[in-house]
Parts: sequence; C-alpha cells; structure tokens
Amino acid sequence: MANTDDAPASASKQEPTAAGDGIADAKGSSVSGRAVTINKPVAEVYAYFRDFSRLPTFMENVVSIDVRDDRTSHWVVKAPAGRTVEWDAIVTEDVPDRLIAWTSAEGADVPNSGRIEFADAGGRGTVVTATILYDPPAGVIGKIVAKMFQREPAIQARRDLRRFKQLLETGEIATPATNAKQFEEMGL
Amino acid sequence: MKALAWHGKHDVRMDTVDDPGIVNPRDCIIKVTSTAICGSDLHLYDGYIPTMQAGDILGHEFMGEVVEVGAKSTLKKGQRVVVPFTIACGSCYHCGKHQYSACDNGLPADNQDIAQTLYGQPMSGLFGYSHMTGGYAGGQAEYVRVPFSDVGPIVIPDGIEDDKVLFLSDILPTGWQAAEYAEIEPGDTVAVWGCGPVGLFAVQSAFLMGAERVIAIDHFPHRLELAAKFGAETLNFEETAVYDALMTMTGGIGPDAVIDAVGLEAHGLFVDNIVDQIKASTFLGTDRTHAIRQAILACRKGGRVSMPAVYGGFVDKFPLGAFMEKGLTLKTGQTHVQHYLPGLLAAIMEGKIDTEFLISHRMPLTDAPKGYKMFKDQQNEVTKIVLKPGMASA
Repeated sequence: MANTDDAPASASKQEPTAAGDGIADAKGSSVSGRAVTINKPVAEVYAYFRDFSRLPTFMENVVSIDVRDDRTSHWVVKAPAGRTVEWDAIVTEDVPDRLIAWTSAEGADVPNSGRIEFADAGGRGTVVTATILYDPPAGVIGKIVAKMFQREPAIQARRDLRRFKQLLETGEIATPATNAKQFEEMGL
Repeated sequence: MKALAWHGKHDVRMDTVDDPGIVNPRDCIIKVTSTAICGSDLHLYDGYIPTMQAGDILGHEFMGEVVEVGAKSTLKKGQRVVVPFTIACGSCYHCGKHQYSACDNGLPADNQDIAQTLYGQPMSGLFGYSHMTGGYAGGQAEYVRVPFSDVGPIVIPDGIEDDKVLFLSDILPTGWQAAEYAEIEPGDTVAVWGCGPVGLFAVQSAFLMGAERVIAIDHFPHRLELAAKFGAETLNFEETAVYDALMTMTGGIGPDAVIDAVGLEAHGLFVDNIVDQIKASTFLGTDRTHAIRQAILACRKGGRVSMPAVYGGFVDKFPLGAFMEKGLTLKTGQTHVQHYLPGLLAAIMEGKIDTEFLISHRMPLTDAPKGYKMFKDQQNEVTKIVLKPGMASA
C-alpha cells in the first residue's frame, strides 16, 4: 500500500513494495534511499556521475566498472567474506541534469535496479536522491550478514553519497589516515 | 616520531609511531613547536569519551612550522601556523556561512554514522578526539598531518612568540564566541559560570564587547584571582549562595546575559550511553547540570544565555518552564574557529587580549604523561600546560 502523504517511498514505514514505482523494470524488494545536497551546479554533478568509470573513486565497495557502451556497464562489487558479486547494469532512462535509472541484466548475482535523481537547489547547489532496489543474497540472512560486514547496500549508499559530495565540493575524500601507507591499509 | 598516545583510562604514553605524510592534495604537514593540554583532554584521560582506540594520538591545540605541502595547499614550507581544532573544508554550504564547526565534509564518511544517529546530522572533524570526531591523529606529537590546510591554519608573522598565539587554536576563539553569543550591549552585566581557560577568555572578551560589569563564578581561588585581574567581580560558590548574590548585585534584575563555561572542556563529547557513568562521578554530574540551571534562573527576563560548555547527550531537569516564561534566548555550539582567527590575531598583536597569563607550566613534549597527571590532580594551580617538542627536559 502506498503512503497517503508526501514522504519519499524510502522513508515509508509500510512494506517497501511501492518504492519501485517509477523505476522501469524494477528488480528487488529491499529499498535504500538517501538524499544529499551538493554545493555544485546540477550540470557538473550529473556529468560526474554519468561517467560510470569514475564511480569507483568514491564507491568504496565497487572494485571496477567496465563501461561497455552508452547503456551497458559491467560492475564488480565486494561482498561479505572476501567474495565479489558481478552484474551488467543497463541504463533504462537518462535525462541529462535530471535522472539516471538502471536495472541489472539477466544473470546478475544480485538483481538490482534504481534511479539517481538530480534537482537544481538554487543557491544550495544540487539535491541528489538515490533509490536502490535489490534482492539480498540468500534473503534476510544475507542482509544481516552483509550488515555485519558493513557491505549492506543501504550503508554503502549512504557513505558513498557522502564521499561523492566530498569529492565534488572539496576535490578530495576526507580520511583520517596519517600517511600514504596507512591510507592503503584503510581503503577509502 | 614521538607522539602522546592514549592507551586507556589514566594511561597515556609517549609512543614511537610512523611519521605522517601528505595523503590528500590540500594537506600539509607541520612540525609542532607548541601544543597545549586542553581541559577536554582530561575527559579522554579519564576514559569518559567513547570510540577511543588504544594508540590514538591526542591533542587539538597546536601550532608549528610547515614542513611539507600537498599540491593544493596554499601554505609554503617554513611558514609558522596555528591550526584550528575543527577540521573544516571551506567549500560546503555551512563553511560558506562561516559555520565551520558544522562543516559537512570534515568527517570521513564512515565516521559520520555515529553523529548522524545521535544528533541528526554529522558535525566537523576534530583533531585527536576519538573516532566519532573523525579519528584524526592529534597535535601532541612531533609532526601532524593537517587536512584542508588552505582554509584552516592561520599564518603567524615573524617575531611573535608561540605562547602569545597558541590559544587561537581553540580556547581563545571559544571564549570570544561565547561572549559574542551573549549579544552584549554597552552597560550590560554579564555573569560567567566557570573560570577555566574558556571562561577567562569570555571575561576578557565580554569587557572588550562593552560589558560594564562581569561577574565570574568558580570555586578555585586562583582561577577567581585571574578573573579579578581582568576586572571581573568574583563569586566563590563554595562560600556564597550564587543566585542570591547575583540578584542583590544587580538590584533584583538579574544579569543581562549569562555564560555557562562550566565543565572541564569546551568541546568534549558526551553521549547518552555514558550519561549514567558521568552522573556516577558526582563532581561532573551535579555541577554541570547545576550551572546551566542556575544560570537560567538568575538571568534577567528577556536575557541571553550563551553556552560554550558542552552537553553531548541528554540533560535531566532542564528548567524549560523558566526558560520559556522569561523569554530567554539560547545560543550555543562548537566554535567556528576559522571565522575568528584574523580578528583575534590582530587583537593579540595590538595588545587588546592577554593570552600568556594563562600558561602556568611549560614542559617538553616527552613529559606529557606527567603533565596530564598534574593537570588532573592540581586544578587550582595548573591553569594551562604547554608542551614544547624541542625543549630540554628539566
């Protein structure tokens, strides 16, 4: 049942079935949503994100993204217990400076879909809203295990959006590492 | 290098650790020439602050010489700088409004979760103050990595000794902001609870902002003497009923503005899950709450309450009724250090603000463990300890 108020679907206390509304070919039943305001013009924010090959710069758990063509890219992502999961992502919608939506192709290790929306926020820059749907590996247990290892997509998405904001606003990603060697050990 | 590392309650040691180096383009590395022990460091020492890890390097009041710069630092090797304790990016919405301690980007993304959960939004990073404030290595060390060095550190002109400017890093701007938040008008009477470093700088600042009378409240005689030196009238709460005294001294009106600078720190972090632990320590539990309650009761109707003292969790028995009925205004928050640096450096150079009076002890960095113990045990005599990495051991 959809909410009757104006709240985003990701904040709903209901079962998240309605969250797939507006996502073409929605895949997955767990939803993760987050908004962040980035103090940069919408064109710059959209353009940075649209070049998927750059996303591993701030997406901690993404090992690599191989851009095959304008619509298709191959993702390799860290999973709990030293594993990786892979899928092909297909762009289903792309409106410059407005939104990018995707869905995973057949055979994905973790079927997923989602959309990233970009909205001009005037003097405050750009509001980026991410909605991600996914099927956790091995259902609820998989989700708990992933959370223990901090690879749960909701946690990842929240932290990745913060890093995206840091990168665009400050030109770098904040780290407490005291030197290059420690930085290597800590990761992003 | 040598650095003062936390290993547990009342256990700080001089450790040998890897030298810091440039990690991000806006970084610089400084060679520390002076660093102070802050009252809030005692809370780390006493084991009250969660998310500390053995080996964490302490210290958030420090200055030194630039020895290495990243590609996007605007500093030059050889410059002397004082470093703000708040780590702020200078480019987010909040930094744009000079709300540096509310910086969106000072905290590493992973470290933002705790503050987001506790406070609703993450705050800026801090040097040497647990992992919930970023896990950054602090300045009680021979060298420090300073992020965002193009917006944080202020360059000190040659010929001004460290001891004059070191407190720009934290306690001077904190005391100044406290007085500014009291929105002092000429002729006002301002009451200041707590004559630690922040309270004493708030006393000086209040007079500079036009206060006619400042009434300082504490129980350490030496600290009250220092407040009196700057022209404050003093109340010793062990000898005097403070509310009664204030009402009589102000003709039954109450002080126009009140400043709560109680607590051993001006920016420690107390979270709800250790509130019980704090309360168990009667000195902290009762005094801290007592000061803000007393300040609100004494404040005149329509007056201003400024609260540099830190409350990180939840407070019981907050007199919300008195606060509402009297129509008081409260201003508080961590210090936007970067905002105040140019003005306060100028004030020091013009001799308008005295900073050196506060320093009671100077010792080599290697004596830091001894310094922590002294600071904890002798609060009347020890007002401020400055550690000098180069200094010969006595």
